[in-house]
Amino acid sequence: MVPIAWYLILAAILFSTGVASFLIKRNVVTIFMSIELMLNAVNLTFVAFAHMWHQVNGQIFVFFVMVVAAAEAAVGLAIIIAIFRTRSTLNVDQINLMKS
Amino acid sequence: MSPNVIALLPEIVLTITGVLVMLIEAVLTPGTSRKSLGWFAILGTIASGAAAFYQLQFGTVQAYSGSIQIDAFSVFFHVLIAAVVLVTLLGSLDYFHGHATHAGEYFALSLFGAVGMMLMTCSVELLMVFIGLEISSISTYIMAGFRKGQATGSESSIKYFLLGSFATAFFLYGIALAFGATGSTSIAAIAAGLGSSATPLMAFMALAMIIIGIGFKVSAAPFHVWTPDVYQGAPAPVVGLMSTAPKAAAFAVLLRITFSGFPGFEPRWALLIGIIAVLSMTIGNLGALLQKDVKRMLAYSSIAHAGYLLVAFTAFPKDAIASAAFYIATYSAMNVGAFAVITQVSGYDETSRTAEDFTGLALRRPVMAALLTFFLLSLIGIPFTGGFFGKFYVFSAAIGAGHIWIAVLGLANSGFACFYYLRLIAALYTKSLKDVTTAGEDIAHPFTATTIPAGIGLTLAAAATLILGILPGQVLQLAQRAGTTSLAPVEKASMPVIEVK
Repeated sequence: MVPIAWYLILAAILFSTGVASFLIKRNVVTIFMSIELMLNAVNLTFVAFAHMWHQVNGQIFVFFVMVVAAAEAAVGLAIIIAIFRTRSTLNVDQINLMKS
Repeated sequence: MSPNVIALLPEIVLTITGVLVMLIEAVLTPGTSRKSLGWFAILGTIASGAAAFYQLQFGTVQAYSGSIQIDAFSVFFHVLIAAVVLVTLLGSLDYFHGHATHAGEYFALSLFGAVGMMLMTCSVELLMVFIGLEISSISTYIMAGFRKGQATGSESSIKYFLLGSFATAFFLYGIALAFGATGSTSIAAIAAGLGSSATPLMAFMALAMIIIGIGFKVSAAPFHVWTPDVYQGAPAPVVGLMSTAPKAAAFAVLLRITFSGFPGFEPRWALLIGIIAVLSMTIGNLGALLQKDVKRMLAYSSIAHAGYLLVAFTAFPKDAIASAAFYIATYSAMNVGAFAVITQVSGYDETSRTAEDFTGLALRRPVMAALLTFFLLSLIGIPFTGGFFGKFYVFSAAIGAGHIWIAVLGLANSGFACFYYLRLIAALYTKSLKDVTTAGEDIAHPFTATTIPAGIGLTLAAAATLILGILPGQVLQLAQRAGTTSLAPVEKASMPVIEVK
């Protein structure tokens, strides 16, 4: 059997990858995907802990995270389309009308 | 009525109103005025505030298997959020006049956002907190980009969205780790499980992650980078809303999680939050000094105010909750008022942006200039305004707990902050060169006269700021009650005991 710590370490690595690519990547869609990666790392952590504690709470939480992530994706993609319409670019370095 | 219905009555009222507004909006002829929908939304908001007051008589009640708890604490924040949304709606009734935007959806989103914020303040289960946080965030993401034809609007929206979701992921990871350390996601059970937790380090990491997540939401330094851009690009009434109500809700969550969920770690998180508080105050005030855009300046000022508020967390639990709740009330009143004035002065197209545009406002719009001066004086913390007592209680609570250093830094910061507020006030009362050269330039301004609903909204905000500054007793009493009830153990109250005829 795989020890619980392995799942946690994998989740931590995934979460850190998400944080790193959020900070490094320049394309809005890629940045958005890295947030999804972070959320999935959280889901993995929840499931691992739910197994460890023999409690269903953690698994229920995962369902809610997935539902909310879907709602967030709907709104996020709509905003991305709005930004592409006005600026014709998805590079965050060029989305900088308000730097003083 | 069952206790479950009573516990969520304000949210239920708002949700029904919001859904109705959405449905009616769909059948109205496009292009016609949506003012009636706005008035309907206003009625719903007032009803929901009244419903929150109605909950006060039941004391502490838990509902939905202990995931929702109504007490003086939740009622305080419910009424506050309802009041902020009310003033915002009044101020934006005529905001969309002459613009082909979906004003009905705007009103509905304000109401849905308020539902989420209210849910955050009455949840004692982190799952519910998360859902409330997301309902409120998703609504405000859309509202930030409501002027979608304007590039700055969409830019503000995308920045708010990306950083907000980033923060949510941290918050969630914190919850996951807390669940791992204690085996529960209920705040009370986390507190109980902490003592016997085999992994205290993981529990502390969980709290740190939660503080980072909330820190983004309340725009505390060093998690504040999104604030100036978002506030600058979003419509002024929306900024008034999102700089106050969601922050109040996020602070309520932080108060509950730190004082009720992790009381055993108090010295450690108090130090962490103390550092964040000092950073926010300093960075906020330094940043505000350099800004030319008024909305941007107020964004930095709101970072500084988040810092003052976080000072309260270093005090003893009861004082901390009471003074923080009172400060949030005063901050909301004056900030929502300041942005209501900006809405009136600069209008939908934001004709007045920089301090230069505001120069000589007293000659063109004397009442607006006087109101803005009043709100700015309150943001400084001049006596006879709400801002004074807010700061007074927070800093005296911190001193009471022996944290002199942080109170001294806070006071030095508020003294320093006078400079940029007074600079703007001085500009308001200076004759501008533009006025001399182009007389009658006023025609360019879309709002030459303030409409009645906006006037009512402004009066409410000004009255609240004034009353909190002269007669703070009642509100302070409620804030103290909030502090006492949210800390009291609730084993007995979890039994539904209310009977309504």
